[in-house]
Amino acid sequence: MITLTHYMALSALLLAISVAGIFINRKNVILLLMCVELLLLAVNFNFIALSRFMGDATGQVFVFFILTVAAAESAIGLAILVVIFRTRRSINVQDLDVLRG
Amino acid sequence: MGLLSLLIALPIGGGLLVLASSRGMKAGGFRADRWLALLASLATFVASLPLWTGFDRTTWHMQFVERQPWVPTFNVEYFLGVDGFSMPLILLTTFLTPLVIIAGWETVKLRPAQYFAAFLILEGLMIGVFAALDAFLFYVFWEAMLIPMFVIIGVWGGERRIYATVKFFLYTFLGSVLMLVALIYLYLQADSYSILDFHSLPLSLAEQVWIFLALLVAFAVKVPMWPVHTWLPDAHVEAPTGGSVILAAILLKVGGYGFIRFSLPVTPDAAGLLAPLMIALSLVAVVYIGLVALVQQDLKKLIAYSSVAHMGFVTLGIFLAWGILSRTGELPGVAMGITGGMVQMVSHGFVSGALFLCVGVLYDRMHTREIAAYGGVANTMPRFAAFMVLFAMANSGLPGTSGFVGEFLVILASYQASFWYAFLAATTLVLGAAYTLWMVKRVVFGPVTNERVAALRDLNAREFLVLGLVAAAVMLLGLWPAPLVDVLSASVDNLASHIIQSKL
Amino acid sequence: MSSGIYLAIVLCPLAAALLAGMAGRLIGRAGAHSVTIAAVGASFAMSLMVLREQLDPAAVPLNQEIYTWLVTDGVRMQVGFLVDRLTALMMTVVTFVSLMVHIYTIGYMHDDPGYQRFFSHISLFTFAMLMLVMSNNFMQLYFGWEAVGLVSYLLIGFWYKRPTAIFANLKAFLVNRVGDFGLLLGIATLLAYTGSLDYQEVFAQAASLQGQQMEIFPGSPWSVATIACLGLFVGAMAKSAQMPLHVWLPDSMEGPTPISALIHAATMVTAGVFLLARMSPLFELSQTALSVVLVVGATTALLTGFIGIVQNDIKRVVAYSTLSQLGYMTAALGASAYAAGIFHLMTHAFFKALLFLAAGSVIVAMHHEQDIRKMGGLRRYMPVTYWTSLMGSLALIGFPGFSGFFSKDALIEAVGLSELPFAGFAYYCLMAGVLVTAVYSFRMFFLVFHGKERMDEETRHHLHESPWVITVPLVLLAIPSVAIGWLAIEPLLFGSYFDGAIVVNEDHNVLAELGREFHGSGQFVLHGMLGWPVLLSMFGVGLAWYAYLRNPAFPENVRRRLASVHALLVNKYYLDDLNDKVIARGARGLGSLFWKIGDALLIDGAMVNGSARTLGWIAGYMRRGQTGYLYHYAFAMIVSLAALLAWIIFRGS
Repeated sequence: MITLTHYMALSALLLAISVAGIFINRKNVILLLMCVELLLLAVNFNFIALSRFMGDATGQVFVFFILTVAAAESAIGLAILVVIFRTRRSINVQDLDVLRG
Repeated sequence: MGLLSLLIALPIGGGLLVLASSRGMKAGGFRADRWLALLASLATFVASLPLWTGFDRTTWHMQFVERQPWVPTFNVEYFLGVDGFSMPLILLTTFLTPLVIIAGWETVKLRPAQYFAAFLILEGLMIGVFAALDAFLFYVFWEAMLIPMFVIIGVWGGERRIYATVKFFLYTFLGSVLMLVALIYLYLQADSYSILDFHSLPLSLAEQVWIFLALLVAFAVKVPMWPVHTWLPDAHVEAPTGGSVILAAILLKVGGYGFIRFSLPVTPDAAGLLAPLMIALSLVAVVYIGLVALVQQDLKKLIAYSSVAHMGFVTLGIFLAWGILSRTGELPGVAMGITGGMVQMVSHGFVSGALFLCVGVLYDRMHTREIAAYGGVANTMPRFAAFMVLFAMANSGLPGTSGFVGEFLVILASYQASFWYAFLAATTLVLGAAYTLWMVKRVVFGPVTNERVAALRDLNAREFLVLGLVAAAVMLLGLWPAPLVDVLSASVDNLASHIIQSKL
Repeated sequence: MSSGIYLAIVLCPLAAALLAGMAGRLIGRAGAHSVTIAAVGASFAMSLMVLREQLDPAAVPLNQEIYTWLVTDGVRMQVGFLVDRLTALMMTVVTFVSLMVHIYTIGYMHDDPGYQRFFSHISLFTFAMLMLVMSNNFMQLYFGWEAVGLVSYLLIGFWYKRPTAIFANLKAFLVNRVGDFGLLLGIATLLAYTGSLDYQEVFAQAASLQGQQMEIFPGSPWSVATIACLGLFVGAMAKSAQMPLHVWLPDSMEGPTPISALIHAATMVTAGVFLLARMSPLFELSQTALSVVLVVGATTALLTGFIGIVQNDIKRVVAYSTLSQLGYMTAALGASAYAAGIFHLMTHAFFKALLFLAAGSVIVAMHHEQDIRKMGGLRRYMPVTYWTSLMGSLALIGFPGFSGFFSKDALIEAVGLSELPFAGFAYYCLMAGVLVTAVYSFRMFFLVFHGKERMDEETRHHLHESPWVITVPLVLLAIPSVAIGWLAIEPLLFGSYFDGAIVVNEDHNVLAELGREFHGSGQFVLHGMLGWPVLLSMFGVGLAWYAYLRNPAFPENVRRRLASVHALLVNKYYLDDLNDKVIARGARGLGSLFWKIGDALLIDGAMVNGSARTLGWIAGYMRRGQTGYLYHYAFAMIVSLAALLAWIIFRGS
């Protein structure tokens, strides 16, 4: 029997993976984007599981919103990435430190 | 629209119009912008004349009052009015602004329309400061005034203009913020932003002291009093001619005006408590700054320091009141000191403005402010030399010029408080003459020192007009100060009797 | 007499000055001098009318307000005229000398490019001086006081291309400002204790000042009258060049000679003397102040006379002589012999203006050579100048019968009768000064007009008497220099002329005492001939004759013997050095110190830029946290979020 707990655990796992990906990854901005997507996926899992558990469709509606936003976000993210690559000839995360004080 | 609103709106509107007209109206070499600016400033001057003619000299009550709600939630009002203190300063503003515009007529090459517009807008805001009777409105004008001045120094200034503007801005802003705190506190106590309500607001001594100190920072920076004066030499040195003129002639007066409008009547007991400090700072300004001015190598710095020393007489005259009261326990002398301070403000407006205009005339030709670069200017510019000597004499307080009146009254009044106050204040007779005339000696007199001086042209008609008008004002005020003093007297007497009544 | 005349006396020169100054190019040279001479001439004529009216025994002083300058705090400051006999006398002297100088200037400044400007300035001076003497209140007095100082400043620096001239005028103005400083404090004292600036009102309350005391230094109370008088006297010291504020007057000789005659000999420098006489009701209240006046005057009279002996510039000799004579006048005032001081002022105005103008005539003839060692024997070439100079010199040394004799003799006798502290000292100073006066006057006279002709051939060739515009004023001034003493001594000193204008306390009314022995001018002359002053001055003339005509090696010997004294005199007692090196340099040093240390280092360096630096330093640490790496920021966010959540969750337990 797959219970809510399993879903939550999976979601937490995904979240942990994505956060780890964001922190540990130092090479590639594309990986960062993918990790962000993964993060959103974890949230979506939670929403869906809890929506089913609570018997409330609102959570699932939310997922749709998140999906659209995530799509837009990744599109913009990739576009920025292309521009970064054009100007700096690199998508190495370690090189992107223009915000440094 | 009331007269005061008109006086505020006219130059600001004119300024905006000048800004709008800066493009596309230069057909055939006719520069509409400067004519428009001149027209606007002259119109403002003409419009301000009824303030003088229609002023009731027998009352200290506010006149030409306009009052309507502005932000009703916080009892903020659009409340304008003038009394004997503010009216002369408004006229000073409207008189000098056209002169500044004429002075910049041909000499400003970079973005002239914006230059003239900045001065017009500044004029409107300064009139607003002097006319506002609502503390909130006052604060809005007070802060807004910084912006055009900031732009004027920052855009049309000299080499180190950025340093100077930032210093100017931070100094004055620091003061303003503390003033805002004080004003908000007063509002919370009085449940009104009306300055007149503040005047009658009872406050404990501790409250008064804190409010006084907060206001002191704001006003002392503007005056400027020692030791918060060091922004002034830098700002003056870097500012363009017109900027220096307005800065010295009017912006500094805002500080003295603030003391009279806020510090004295709102916190009389604290002012009395701290008067010895204020008198000491004023005397330090006179003596210390006088000596510093003596060794300046830069024309504008010298005049800037001289401004600080002369403004010392303003604060001295204002705060003498308690010195006199504590010694004699009587009122005579108090009004004389305040009158002297006010007359000194108006006079200093003319004299320092004129001196900066003179320096501007030289700078336009030689592009240097170094005293050492000049010498023997009288040989090639006799008419200019005559004006320069006249204004220098006015700056040294020669009787018959406006510079004498204020200093004379303040010294006479300070004697009532203490012989030594008068003694130290009177050192300006020697110091003021020393630094001003030594400068004149090195710049104006002597043989022609170099080819550039030899090639100088004398004043043209435009410059002659500007300097001549100021000279006329300086002489008129010096020979017959009674009209100005009459305007002041009712307000001064009221203030003198108001401040001796403790609020505790 | 209609009051318009007083206004006209003052305004005529002013209008002429404005016209000549502003429209000088338009009206031309002739226009400028015609206008100003006409105006000053009119003023002189009207002053004479005023004087004649005042001579009437029934005349009352006029005290009239022209306009209210300002009213504040119940104190009314006005511009107005007080014309009594003292004023009328001063007005006449001032306008007369001024008129002479105006005429003389036509010749003297003939080729100067600043011709119109010069006329404008001297007319302006006449206006300012008249405002000063005709004032009925302290504000206007102060106005006139500084206004004459201003014109003096402008005229000393008239040749503004000369570095020495513009140094001298700055010095003159600043030293006078030191005096004005005292004057202003004196005025402030009077205002503080009487509540008025009007002469009559202040004098009316004068008696109450004596009783009142104030403590300038805690613990030592002084009479208010003394303080006020000393303040006023400091003003007079600078204007009338009393030691140690006399240093500007010799240097003022950098100006053109006509103004040396008008301003720096005859009129402006006597303003201090006039002031003290005008303030006699106050000075009579303070023995201390009178003693100070007496001692300062007598010291000045003697010490500056000594310097006159070693000067070689013709104008400087006359300048030191002026200083010395001003000392005489001041000493007379100190002895309460105000009338004698004013009498000497008047005679001195005539003969000293004469001497200066004669010196100017010589200078013109010598092509602006002023060194008397390079002159000599000019008697043959310039007879008018010679004879008028002789009269002036005789008047100066007090030769019996000449105007200076009457005034100086009476003055010395009056001081001799004084019973103030230090009066004896003053008396001997003045007596010795007579000898010194005779020596320097006739040293100059002999060196210039007699003896060997020491100028170069070129100059000698062009030597000739000056044109009539120069000689006529000389002659016109010579007449009163010789004759005025006979006429004026009785009414001025011993008559009732100054009654009401000058107040003398009966206790020390030395002139009244002197007057008891006075039996007419002729008797006075006869009596004086046997007195010490005349003997001393005759001896002085003889000494000068011996030293500079008979035995020219004699002064050289004396100089070698008394080298240190000579050095002291040539260096003017080192007062100039003191002023330059200690006071002026000290002020500049202090200014630099305040500027560099106070403003630049402490206020700007430590406080303004220091607070900016502190902020920058703090920010420097803060910035290390800002790595710019996204993952650091994200990590910080997550950790903070976790911490926040943990805090919220575990807060309860």
